[in-house]
Amino acid sequence: MQMAEATRFESGTPKPWLSRWSTLALWGVVALLVSTLLLPTAYLIIRAMSAGSDAWQNLFRLRTLETVGRTVWLAFSVTVTSAMVAVPLAWLTARTDLPLRRMWAVVTPLPLVIPSYVGAYLFASAFGPRGLLQQWLEESFGITRLPDIYGFPGALIVLTLLSYPYVLLSVRATLSGMDPALEEASRSLGQSPLTTFRRVTLPLLRPALGAGGLLVALYVLRDFGAVAIMRYDTFTRVIYIAYRSFDRSQAALLALVLVALTLIFLALETRLHQRGRYFQSGVGAARPPTLVRLGPWRWPALAFCGGVVGVSLVLPAGLLVYWLLRGLNAGEIIPALSQATWNSVLASGLGAMTIVLTALPVAFLVVRRPGRITRLLERLTYSTFALPGIVVALALVFFGVNHAPWLYQTLPLLLIAYGLLFLPQAVGAVRASLLQIHPSFEEAARSLGRRPAQVFLTITLPLLRPGLISAASLVFLTVMKELPATLILAPLGFKTLATALWSAVSEAFFAQAAAPALLLVLLSSLPMTFFILREQRVDS
Amino acid sequence: MNSIAVRCQNLSKAYGGVQAVRHLSLTIPTGQILALLGPSGCGKTTTLRLIAGFERPDAGRVEIGEQVMVESGVFIPPEKRQVGMVFQNYALFPHLSLADNVAYGLGRNENRPARVREVLAMVGLSDLGARMPHELSGGQQQRVALARALAPRPKVLLLDEPFSGLDVGLREQVRADVARILRQSGATVLFVTHNQEEALLMSDQMVVMNDGQVEQGGTPEDVFGAPATRFVAEFMGKTDFLSGRVTADGLLTEMGLLSQRLALPIGAPVEIAVRPDDVRFIPDVDGSARIVARYFQGVLNLYSARLPSGRLVHSYQAHTLTLAPGASVRAIIDPGHSLVCFDEHAGRVEVV
Repeated sequence: MQMAEATRFESGTPKPWLSRWSTLALWGVVALLVSTLLLPTAYLIIRAMSAGSDAWQNLFRLRTLETVGRTVWLAFSVTVTSAMVAVPLAWLTARTDLPLRRMWAVVTPLPLVIPSYVGAYLFASAFGPRGLLQQWLEESFGITRLPDIYGFPGALIVLTLLSYPYVLLSVRATLSGMDPALEEASRSLGQSPLTTFRRVTLPLLRPALGAGGLLVALYVLRDFGAVAIMRYDTFTRVIYIAYRSFDRSQAALLALVLVALTLIFLALETRLHQRGRYFQSGVGAARPPTLVRLGPWRWPALAFCGGVVGVSLVLPAGLLVYWLLRGLNAGEIIPALSQATWNSVLASGLGAMTIVLTALPVAFLVVRRPGRITRLLERLTYSTFALPGIVVALALVFFGVNHAPWLYQTLPLLLIAYGLLFLPQAVGAVRASLLQIHPSFEEAARSLGRRPAQVFLTITLPLLRPGLISAASLVFLTVMKELPATLILAPLGFKTLATALWSAVSEAFFAQAAAPALLLVLLSSLPMTFFILREQRVDS
Repeated sequence: MNSIAVRCQNLSKAYGGVQAVRHLSLTIPTGQILALLGPSGCGKTTTLRLIAGFERPDAGRVEIGEQVMVESGVFIPPEKRQVGMVFQNYALFPHLSLADNVAYGLGRNENRPARVREVLAMVGLSDLGARMPHELSGGQQQRVALARALAPRPKVLLLDEPFSGLDVGLREQVRADVARILRQSGATVLFVTHNQEEALLMSDQMVVMNDGQVEQGGTPEDVFGAPATRFVAEFMGKTDFLSGRVTADGLLTEMGLLSQRLALPIGAPVEIAVRPDDVRFIPDVDGSARIVARYFQGVLNLYSARLPSGRLVHSYQAHTLTLAPGASVRAIIDPGHSLVCFDEHAGRVEVV
């Protein structure tokens, strides 16, 4: 007996360290999860199959092709302009003696905290037909018509200003993590600083540029708020309009095309991610890079940083405060805002709790029981990244109306939608902190005579708690900002901050939208501040 | 007749409040290999980077091939210095093949493919030109870094801790290879190391640094045989110190009388540097020294014993002589040459 036991340990077979029952329970949760995860796509496909022939004909009309073209063109343009803004910013804040460099480093990624529909709303409120600029011009000069900002230009500007931080963060991380010896080697081999940047630095930045750029492109593909407010017909808006006009089969078909498009971008992203690994070399960066002296160039550099931050951060903040004060003055204040806030907190809190509790077993299996099935499970979880909010919402509407009317327009269905949308995020966060806990802690506890369940409760869970809390707060804030699914799936009369803002903006009641917008921005800033502070600490 | 390839005069460099290099001067004759040796944090890498042009000195002057690189008001950027550098972690460009890495520093006028072939052959990697850096072993990466730095025929080649990234088994082989390649290329070389064995093995000249300053310079034999300061003596290898006193007949120590005359008055206290090969332990129940530990090194046993005064001394003994910790021994000095002595101020005392 003892011999056999010893041999098993030595041969290195995985030690079954969960009791049979807890394993079974775990797999039960997972099975439930998998069916929920598969539900939306499966349902969309079924729905699309049963669509009438005219819906299919519609799909193959020029209009769909135009939508594809518009969507891809917007994604591409925003990616390019984001890179043009982000690369100089990254270089200036990571590698030069730019005055107040640390301050700029903290401030430049901040536009990430502005939800796209808030950014679009503020932009429209300033430059749109009933906006500030036009009012002022009319009063002072009698000008009543302005160039139209709606459509492509508005969407491009708003989305660029909100999503350039994705490129900025990934490029800057690479720049400040890059071994300075590489550039020094190039210099000592007789190449000027400019040639060195072109022949060494830029090629090494390519993976970061690709990864950041694809994040931007995915952001644009999934975005609903900005394109809807800017009235630019990309997929998400066209789907929403089809849904609103009860053309549901058409909406389902369009949603599937959008999913396919997103999948292509995701596949590209993974490819790039894997290739990027080869680019890390050497025994590790030894010293921080020496900073480039800007000399007289620091004035244009400062102007550039100031300009970007001014347009993407200071202007929106100023507008927000302006509209808020104007609303307060007019006594137009904040009808039912407290109810909307409470609803937002309730939905986000419940969402965060259920999502993190679901993510826990998934992450646990993925980390502690690596194998073919768990890898599949992990992939499946991440595959919901390919489902934009509007697609998930649609699928659940169809499902609810036809098969579960008792679920339709209830909070639980909304929570399921949130789960589908944000589970990957939570699994990622929990997985990361689980990876930090070396299995030897658990093995030590087992060897000290504790049963698996006890080990989990006394060792794993306490060690995991900080990770769970940060995952929960991340999900909480993401759920609070979510717009399209909330718009479509919320119970009748269930107003959240996001939907309150949406309805005010739809009617161009800019002052009414200010209060929920401000609350949303303040709440979203919390995790971002935390993230930036941590990055800074790693930096120094 | 030897010209001077590199001349540093009075170099100083501080980071924040920390003085990394102070008033450092050194010269490297053309075609020689100079080792800059010192403990970590002594400023040797900073010196290297000052010569390469990656740092600006606060004061002092650097000349390479009779041309001023740095002086007050003059600063030639690294790319104009014709200095080859082999980085501690090699810094091979990960996006370029070996051949492209090596060709990177070659000018347009040069027959690049021919020079690349020539240099790769010199480091014994002729067949691997198409490989990418991550496909190579550590020792091969090292040789590519060397080839890349040598390809443009630099006036001086700088190597920063060239062997510290390699594991011990590999190190000896690579060290021999690199020494051979360097000799063959005829390059002037400055290499930085904290390993005195490496410095002794590979250099024509060495400079020992401590705390940003030069402690001693000279041939390896000079520095090892006649350390100028107590620091050098300790750093150059296992050294114990005995206290002694000058008498009319020689030096009186607790391990007996050393017949060695010093330029010091009778009665003056001295510290005598003894290495393990200068000391013998003879098993003796009446001996006053006690064995503390044995370090079995295969060919030899290294023993340490405590003297009545409490000082520790080490001794190499044949591997056949086994002494247990606690055993009594008689410790005697048997150098066969005069030993290095230091006065109260840790300055070396000349032998008369």
